[in-house]
Amino acid sequence: MAEVFDVAVVGAGPAGVAAACRVAERGARVALVDEGFRPGGQIYRHREGRAPAAIGEWMARLARLKVDVIHRTAVHDALRLDGKFQLRAESVHLEARKIVLATGARELLLPFPGWTLPNVFSAGGLQALVKSGLEVAGKPVVIGGSGPLLLPVAATLAKAGAKVELVCEQARRASLARALPWLARSPRKLAEALSYQAAFGPSRYRTSTWISEAIGTDRLEAVVTNSARRVSCDFAGVSFGLVPNVELAVLLGCELRDGFVVVDRRQQSTVPGVFVAGEPCGIAGVDGALGQGLVAGDAACRDVTVTADVEAARGWYEYKPPPLLRSFALRHEVLELARADTVVCRCEDVRLSRFDPEWSAREAKLATRASMGPCQGRICGPALDAILGYGADCVRCPAKPATFESLLIPEDRK
Amino acid sequence: MADSVTIRVDGREIRAGSDTTVAVALINAGVWTFRTSVTGEPRGPVCGMGVCFECRVAIDGVEHVRACMEPVRDGMEIDTGG
Amino acid sequence: MDAIVVGAGIVGAAVGEALAADGLAVTVLDAEFPGAGTTSAAMGHVVVMDDSEAQFALTGYSRRLWSERAAELPPDVEDECPGTLWVASDEEELEHAVRRSHFYRERGVEAEVLDSAALEKAEPNLRRGLAGALLVHGDRVIYPPNAARRLLSNAVVRGALAERRVRVEAIEPGRVRVNGSWRETAIVVNAAGVGAPELTPGLAIEPRKGHLVISDRYPGFCRHQLVELGYLKSAHSAGAESVAFNLQPRATGQVLVGSSREFVGLDRSTNRRLVGRMVRRAVDFVPALAALSVLRTWVGFRPSTPDNLPFIGEVDEGVFVAAGHEGLGITTALGTARLLADLVAGRVPEIDPSPYSPLRPMPEAQHG
Ligand SMILES: Cc1cc2nc3c(=O)[nH]c(=O)nc-3n(C[C@H](O)[C@H](O)[C@H](O)COP(=O)(O)OP(=O)(O)OC[C@H]3O[C@@H](n4cnc5c(N)ncnc54)[C@H](O)[C@@H]3O)c2cc1C
Ligand SMILES: Cc1cc2nc3c(=O)[nH]c(=O)nc-3n(C[C@H](O)[C@H](O)[C@H](O)COP(=O)(O)OP(=O)(O)OC[C@H]3O[C@@H](n4cnc5c(N)ncnc54)[C@H](O)[C@@H]3O)c2cc1C
Ligand code: FES
Repeated sequence: MAEVFDVAVVGAGPAGVAAACRVAERGARVALVDEGFRPGGQIYRHREGRAPAAIGEWMARLARLKVDVIHRTAVHDALRLDGKFQLRAESVHLEARKIVLATGARELLLPFPGWTLPNVFSAGGLQALVKSGLEVAGKPVVIGGSGPLLLPVAATLAKAGAKVELVCEQARRASLARALPWLARSPRKLAEALSYQAAFGPSRYRTSTWISEAIGTDRLEAVVTNSARRVSCDFAGVSFGLVPNVELAVLLGCELRDGFVVVDRRQQSTVPGVFVAGEPCGIAGVDGALGQGLVAGDAACRDVTVTADVEAARGWYEYKPPPLLRSFALRHEVLELARADTVVCRCEDVRLSRFDPEWSAREAKLATRASMGPCQGRICGPALDAILGYGADCVRCPAKPATFESLLIPEDRK
Repeated sequence: MADSVTIRVDGREIRAGSDTTVAVALINAGVWTFRTSVTGEPRGPVCGMGVCFECRVAIDGVEHVRACMEPVRDGMEIDTGG
Repeated sequence: MDAIVVGAGIVGAAVGEALAADGLAVTVLDAEFPGAGTTSAAMGHVVVMDDSEAQFALTGYSRRLWSERAAELPPDVEDECPGTLWVASDEEELEHAVRRSHFYRERGVEAEVLDSAALEKAEPNLRRGLAGALLVHGDRVIYPPNAARRLLSNAVVRGALAERRVRVEAIEPGRVRVNGSWRETAIVVNAAGVGAPELTPGLAIEPRKGHLVISDRYPGFCRHQLVELGYLKSAHSAGAESVAFNLQPRATGQVLVGSSREFVGLDRSTNRRLVGRMVRRAVDFVPALAALSVLRTWVGFRPSTPDNLPFIGEVDEGVFVAAGHEGLGITTALGTARLLADLVAGRVPEIDPSPYSPLRPMPEAQHG
């Protein structure tokens, strides 16, 4: 027998934690499901007992409340069943009257020669590994790609003792300057940006710069920049922005616009009872995610309008991020870094020369096997869309690899 | 390291902090190649968050386990196929 | 002489290739892209079947044609020749296996019966205690989407034109309508799969939906295409939905699991309950499957006919049909194409075409 929750929240990042807390505070029965082995999601990732203050506050709030936190559980299917929702994961089928999807985002990775070498990570990936104890003290590292994420990543590395040799931002200085008025409206953001720079030294941050090649035989030894500068390094973290994780929303039939889930002011998607908070409905940053999580949690457990305090909690989120993100618009040069023999689909080792610009994502998949591997196209799909305009492939269950056993319907399990 | 565990990677014993992941433990021990790709290239972790599946290893005989999502446990047997 | 082939699935692509080889000026049109339809969803088991003499004739002929060109297929067609193990659960099914082995051998198809111990050795992951199996040698596995692309590119090499994103709205003798205007042609071949009845009204083809589930790579997990002998009972049972154990080793080391059958029109959603039943059936035969990792499920629509035989032949002056291949169109595409090209050219085909005539009388539909 599956348990029935009032609300099930998927994803224990800021948005999901906030939503779950809010639901519990309203006295409803709530489950918080996450694939990781500790709540916190990407930004709040930490090692036991070493959580920074801001995280600590939320974690304490979560711990005080009656929330069923279910870790190490990847929801691979979501469907409507008898007027309820069912979330399916490897070992549990959860049922809930309402659901909140707070599934966050992944990074946009673009292929460039050498990007598949061991020790070339995504920027957030390198940060995550450092937060889980990767030893970088005294080691030279290079951060590259684009977007506001590069700064905190470089700062984390610097604080862990790494020698941050270079932070390559592909956008032009002039383009970034256009984001300044927006940043100025949010003094906290500005202060944050400055403190990051201070952490690794402003002179290391280069605009109009990108890694054009990673060099090494069985692992990274150096990177070469677009100005032909060779920088020796042990680790590199490279990513070009964020891609929302909308797979579960798509399985549930939620409408998307420009790749994001369409939500109303209560964070409800076009499917009644399915609320979405954080990155899947717009790249909003931590504060936005927290605010949206509170709104979603509130709305999911009460069929009334969202309360004023929660509205206020949305805070600066109303200053939509697009102006900032536009500043980081990708230049054609970084979309053209891959060579004919550069692997684009890392699961299936499909190289750039195999792709025909005339194709769609679906035709490319069928013809080359690109996106048929275990990442299910999460890495090469957005890359191929960025460089060849293939669009998105359709989502099928399981939305994450799962065992055959977990596809059995409960009454059929032995 | 206050708390540490011992795990075996391709038969070699390594020590790791008890609150870390298999991915971190391997890299800290100088193991960068986690798997060999379908055309024979060395690959290691990329996303650190369970998305890219590049960090797959066999753990205690179970294939295709993501090392970045797996906390270390004392006595774990890890096989990178290398 | 000009010919327009409507549909670039495996059947249309093969027909295009055969007509181009005969020197016709062929154009192959597809509403989407080559292999986008049912062909994109198929297991790619190239299998000799013995439901009826006519089915045997076409599958046997076609399998021979696939094996003759094995050497020239590019690696991305993933052609392999693992043979088929028809697994018998009990003595009754094993007797059936023996009868089938005689049928095959009398007709020159290499087949042998394995006892319980031999089966265990041949496929260690099958559950213990099965009665035995019929091993049919020479059955193949290919990757259908790229097989279709390959056949079409062979056609193009022989001078054919292939056009994508061109939907044909109507077919008449001597012409087809595209975007409201007519394109003239001497010969038209309707190879539109489940879409064929829209262009040839009255053609008794109905979509029969099937689900497939594919695993991550586990090289060596199984070595033959495995099908339960009870398959024929369930596959052709008149019931609304059925599942059968069907497990295929892919060249990639992946395991592909089928099969389900249901009549629900062109509904593309995943029927989780039916997938659950299908997987249950597979796990009953191969217990170790339970722990393998699944990467994707998908659905496809078999173009099914009331007597389980395809429609291959002329329906009107210069208007031909090559459609309705149900669950065997990957296998029978090559035989179909030869047959059709022979009929167009007025040659005597290698096998008797009359059982596949689109004008043959039809039994009553088997389901409600
Ligand atoms: C032999 C073989 C091996 C394969 N191996 C792999 C593999 O290793 N890994 C892998 O990922 N794939 C594999 N595939 C599957 C492939 O990715 C496709 O899913 C499959 O070919 C079906 O193709 P499709 O595009 O028609 O179906 P799908 O891609 O499943 O869907 C096609 C259409 O259906 C629509 N649709 C999708 N879901 C729904 C829904 N729930 N409700 C309504 N409409 C929906 C979509 O919008 C799309 O237009 C393999 C296919 C074959 C034939
Ligand atoms: C789950 C499943 C498993 C299967 N496994 C096997 C197997 O193992 N072995 C085997 O032999 N067979 C198998 N089959 C059967 C096989 O897939 C089909 O018989 C075969 O693909 C039919 O090919 P086709 O070319 O007739 O149809 P399709 O591949 O559907 O091609 C028809 C084409 O026509 C186009 N079209 C349709 N209407 C129009 C129009 N008006 N204008 C222009 N173009 C149009 C479509 O876009 C499509 O590309 C399987 C089928 C399913 C569903
Ligand atoms: S590093 Fe990407 S899944 Fe582990």
